[in-house]
Amino acid sequence: MTAVEVDRLTVRHGELLAVDAISFTAEAGQVTTVLGPNGAGKTSTIEVCEGYRRPTKGTVRILGLDPAAHQRRLSESMGVMLQEGGVYPGSAVLETVRHYAALYGKGADPVALVEAVGLTSRSKATWRRLSGGERQRLSLALALAAQPEVAFLDEPTSGVDINGRDAIRGIIRGLASNGCAVVLATHELDEAERLADRMVIIDHGTLVADGTLAELRKGHDEIRFRSDPGLDLRALAAATGIVASEVGVDEYVIDAPPQPRLMAQLGDWLAGAGHPLHELRGGGQRLEDVFRRLTRGDQA
Amino acid sequence: MRLVLVQLRAELRRVAGNGEQLLLTLGIPVLLLVFFSLVDVLPTDTAEPIDFLAPGILALATMSTAMVSLGIGTGFERSYHVLKRLGTTPLGRPRLIAAKIGSVIAVEIVQFAVLIPVAFALGWDPDSPNWLLAVACVVAGTIAFAGIGLTLAGRLPGEINLAAQNGLYLVLLLLGGMVIPFAELPGPIRAVAHALPSGALADVLRDSLSTAGTQPTQSWIVLAIWAVVTPLLAARLFRWD
Repeated sequence: MTAVEVDRLTVRHGELLAVDAISFTAEAGQVTTVLGPNGAGKTSTIEVCEGYRRPTKGTVRILGLDPAAHQRRLSESMGVMLQEGGVYPGSAVLETVRHYAALYGKGADPVALVEAVGLTSRSKATWRRLSGGERQRLSLALALAAQPEVAFLDEPTSGVDINGRDAIRGIIRGLASNGCAVVLATHELDEAERLADRMVIIDHGTLVADGTLAELRKGHDEIRFRSDPGLDLRALAAATGIVASEVGVDEYVIDAPPQPRLMAQLGDWLAGAGHPLHELRGGGQRLEDVFRRLTRGDQA
Repeated sequence: MRLVLVQLRAELRRVAGNGEQLLLTLGIPVLLLVFFSLVDVLPTDTAEPIDFLAPGILALATMSTAMVSLGIGTGFERSYHVLKRLGTTPLGRPRLIAAKIGSVIAVEIVQFAVLIPVAFALGWDPDSPNWLLAVACVVAGTIAFAGIGLTLAGRLPGEINLAAQNGLYLVLLLLGGMVIPFAELPGPIRAVAHALPSGALADVLRDSLSTAGTQPTQSWIVLAIWAVVTPLLAARLFRWD
C-alpha cells in the first residue's frame, strides 16, 4: 500500500527554490530513505509531509490525506522524530515518554518504550543530562509512542554510538516489518545502505534518483582494487587495454563490469610488474560513488 | 478534553518544578506585600499601606503569571522545538493554548489563595469590595498580559525573550501603580503609566476592592484596549517554531 505520495512538490522560501517539482512514493512495510547533501531540500520535503509547511505547488498525500489540511487526524497515525530538540531540558526520560504516550492515547507502555530504546537506566535523567545519542533514542521513543502507520525520522542515528545504532536500526526494521511506512531523512550513506528498501536522492531541490540500491547501481559496475600508490596506469593500459584511475592514495577503479578475464589480466599485470594486490572487489558501485555521481560530486 | 488535561498536568508539573517561576509568581509578590506593609516607606494616601498594596500586589501577581511566567516558558519551548514536537501529536494548537490558559488560571488561583489571606493577616480591610468585578479585572488583565508575553515569546529567541520579559516586568512594576502610587511619578511619566496595562489593572482592581482607584473609567478603557489588541498581536506575530 502506498502510504506517502509526493507529486510534483515545489517549496519556495522567499526567493529560494528549496524543492523543485519532485515526485516519489513510500510504501507501507518499507523503509524509504530521503538522501541528499546538506541544503538539498530533504527537510523542506519532510516538513511538508509532516504538515508543518504548505507546498508552494504540487500535492502531498499521507495515507490518502492532505497533511496540511488534516494534520490533527494524521497525527494520530504519524510518528515524527525531529532532527534535534523537541523536549524541555528539565523533563525526565520516563516522564516525557509517559506524557507523549498519554497524548497519543493508544496504550503504548512508556516503560517498555524506554526499555526498547535502551534508556531504562537513564529513565530519571533529564534531557539536559542526556548525551547526543541518548537524546536521539528518546526522540525515537516519542515517535514510537504514536504506534505509527507512517514514521518520519530525521537523522535517527546522528551522534549515536555503534551499539546504539544497531539498536535503533533494529527498531526501525521492526517498525517496517509491522507494516509501518518509514521515511528516513539522512545524509549518512552507511545508514541508508543498511536500512533502505528504497532510496530517494535529492540534490539542489530536484529528484536525481528513486529506486532500490540495486536499481541505482545498475549499469554502473566497476572493479576496485588496492595496490602500491602511484602505479603506472599508462603501462597497464598499454599492456592490457584496461583503463584505470587512481581514486585514493593506493586505491584504483576500473569502470567496467567485473569479468573474470579482466580481473585475471589485472592480477597478471600487477604480478609481472612486482606490485602487490591488497584488495580486489568487483560489482556494483558503492552507494558513496552512486551518490557522488548523482549529486554532482557534492559531499553528503 | 482528555488531551487538554494531559497537557495541563504536564504544564503544571513544569511550573511546580521550576524554582525561578515559583519565586517570580509567589515569592516576590508575598515578599513585597509583607515588606511594604510592615515597613511604612511607601507614600500611599491610604491610612494603612496594606489597603493600597493588596490590590496592587494582586495585579502584580497576575502580571507575573500571565506575562512573565507564561512568556518565558513558552519562549523556551519554542526555542527548544517543544512546540514543534507537540504539534506532531493529536494535541493540536487549540488544546495546547487551552492547557496553557488552564495552567495560568490554576497558578493565579494558588497565588490569590496565598496572597489574599496574607493581606488579611497584615490588616487589609477592603472597603465594600466587589469581588465579582475584581475577578473580571483579573480576567481582563490576564488576557492583556498573556497577549504581551506570547507576542514576545513568539518572536524573540529564548534568552533574549527571557531578558525582555524580565525587563518589561520591572518597568511595568515600577511605573504601574502597583507598589508606587501614580501621584508620586513625575508628570510625563505619570501620563504614560496610566496608559500601561499594569497601571490600568492596578487602578481598576483598587477601585473594585476599595473604591480607591484614581481614574477607574479611563483605566477600564485602557485595560480593555490592551486585552483586545495584545492577543490579536500575539495571534498575528506568534511563530510556533
